[in-house]
Amino acid sequence: MKRLILALAPLLLALLAQTARAELTIEITQGIDNPTPIAVVPFAWQGSGGTASEDIAAIIDSDLARSGQFSPVDRADMLGRPSREQDIFYRDWRAISAEYLLIGRASTSAGEMRIEYELYDVVRQASVAGAAVTGPENEARMLAHRVADAVYEKLTGIPGAFATRLLYVAVTHVPGGKDYYRLTLADSDGARPIVLLESREPVLAPGWSPDGTQITYVSFETGRPAIYRQNLMTGAREQLTNFKGLNGAPAWSPDGRMLAMVLSKDGSPDIYLMNLATKELTRVTRHYAIDTEPTWMPDGRSLLFTSDRGGRPQIYRYDLRTGNTERVTFEGNYNARARVAQDGRNVVLVHQQSGRFHIAVYDLVSKRMQVLTSTELDESPSIAPNGSMVLYATKYQGRGILAAVSVDGGVKFRLPAREGDVREPAWSPYMSR
Amino acid sequence: MKYLPVAGKAVIVMFTAALLAACSSSAKKDDEEAAAAAAAAAKAEQERAAAAAAAQSEMRAKRDAAAAYGSVFYFDFDSYALKPEAIEALNAHIAYLKTTDEAVRLEGHTDERGTREYNMALGERRANAVRDYMVVNGLPSYRIETVSYGEERPISMGSGESNWSQNRRVELK
Repeated sequence: MKRLILALAPLLLALLAQTARAELTIEITQGIDNPTPIAVVPFAWQGSGGTASEDIAAIIDSDLARSGQFSPVDRADMLGRPSREQDIFYRDWRAISAEYLLIGRASTSAGEMRIEYELYDVVRQASVAGAAVTGPENEARMLAHRVADAVYEKLTGIPGAFATRLLYVAVTHVPGGKDYYRLTLADSDGARPIVLLESREPVLAPGWSPDGTQITYVSFETGRPAIYRQNLMTGAREQLTNFKGLNGAPAWSPDGRMLAMVLSKDGSPDIYLMNLATKELTRVTRHYAIDTEPTWMPDGRSLLFTSDRGGRPQIYRYDLRTGNTERVTFEGNYNARARVAQDGRNVVLVHQQSGRFHIAVYDLVSKRMQVLTSTELDESPSIAPNGSMVLYATKYQGRGILAAVSVDGGVKFRLPAREGDVREPAWSPYMSR
Repeated sequence: MKYLPVAGKAVIVMFTAALLAACSSSAKKDDEEAAAAAAAAAKAEQERAAAAAAAQSEMRAKRDAAAAYGSVFYFDFDSYALKPEAIEALNAHIAYLKTTDEAVRLEGHTDERGTREYNMALGERRANAVRDYMVVNGLPSYRIETVSYGEERPISMGSGESNWSQNRRVELK
């Protein structure tokens, strides 16, 4: 077992201390042309002690800014700090061109936090929304993200995806030695990173169960690749495969019962399904070419996968009922590692153009390919559960970083790590509450 | 007799003398046969030792020849075809490995371009290409283990062809 808890070398303790704060920083590089100005007033604190453990308004502010669709007003420019409707002077907010105003109050009682928020339209001088969220006090950040989700949905019509989490692999290079790989879980804004696994051998391909309570990944900790499942609630870990050859690319079915994976135990890399209850394996593809990177359509009836059976890697679709395989992508000579949005229509993938690897979105209905990124070593796209943003890995100034782009290509931001490389992002589904 | 140690000679002489002294004349013919058998056994032993020494030195020569080629074989982009220089190096390694019963591990690697899982498969194809060449040329497959690391273990950290070409490789361990 290579759990971090057991790793007591001084270097590891140093790493632990560093990961206690957010490892990722956020740099917004491109927003939409006319983002909506919104004022998020610091929330009044009504609990015991001087202040809340977290700055609720700052978390909401940062979420809305990161979406690229809002430009939050600077606190220093605010002419007042209302926390109730009767204290609002709309002229103060018109004066600084805020179109919307979010105010609220936070309190705690017996370890339980309650956040009440109210959203106003400054132009119409009218209430738009208002509600309360409650939860454990130590989940204050998640509660703030839920307020941001509600505000985002009210103003854009699309559910927010801020109250979600990310998995990624952070790598610390050791010159002349073996690297440290850390499978990390963090909030969607990079805050509260937790190292789930640390190893001197590669860790990759993290993925989520559809209910967000379990994860799978590939670890080389035995000197060979194997697929593991880990329960985030109990910490229980289970090795699912140990076959000769490749054991890779695990992908949960939408109903959570099956795990698609790549095994080469029968000669060449093929797609298999494992029944997670019985561990029974079913072979899906049977081809001497490379078949890899399976992913499920949201209806669970078919799989997309990468194959070079046509000479170069392209996306294919396997229908689980008919057993038919059809080629999906034709544009360009490298399309790989597809992930499908919940709408079952937008497929994000890695697309090569002029020798560079970009993230692109392929529309299964219009059959149109749109390249979303302009960097050149982009990979591992992962789509937000609301389908709005794509998180991916790229290289920036010689280091592996995470970056995000909106599905329409309009909004971009980077999440570089404070040190080392980060890669293999996996955006969680909506978390069950 | 040139490699027979002096002590060995002495033992044979003493053994023969003892036999002669102890036996009656009627047993003389048997004594002569025993002496001849002992001499033959000693000669066979010398030849075995000589052959072992020769094999040892041949093994060493082949090992050194293989080592001179290094144990990393390089590939072209998105290819798992063995290059001529890799074949030359592999031939030297196979010649050496046939003199031993060592198990070998072949680790396949790719450069950073393309997706990680596809590269995992490509790295396996490279390792398998080396394994298949070894098997076709007489090494039993049970002695060969293959594992792919894809793009996870680059030798050269930077980008650009000068780095990538060093990372597209199979390492023999």
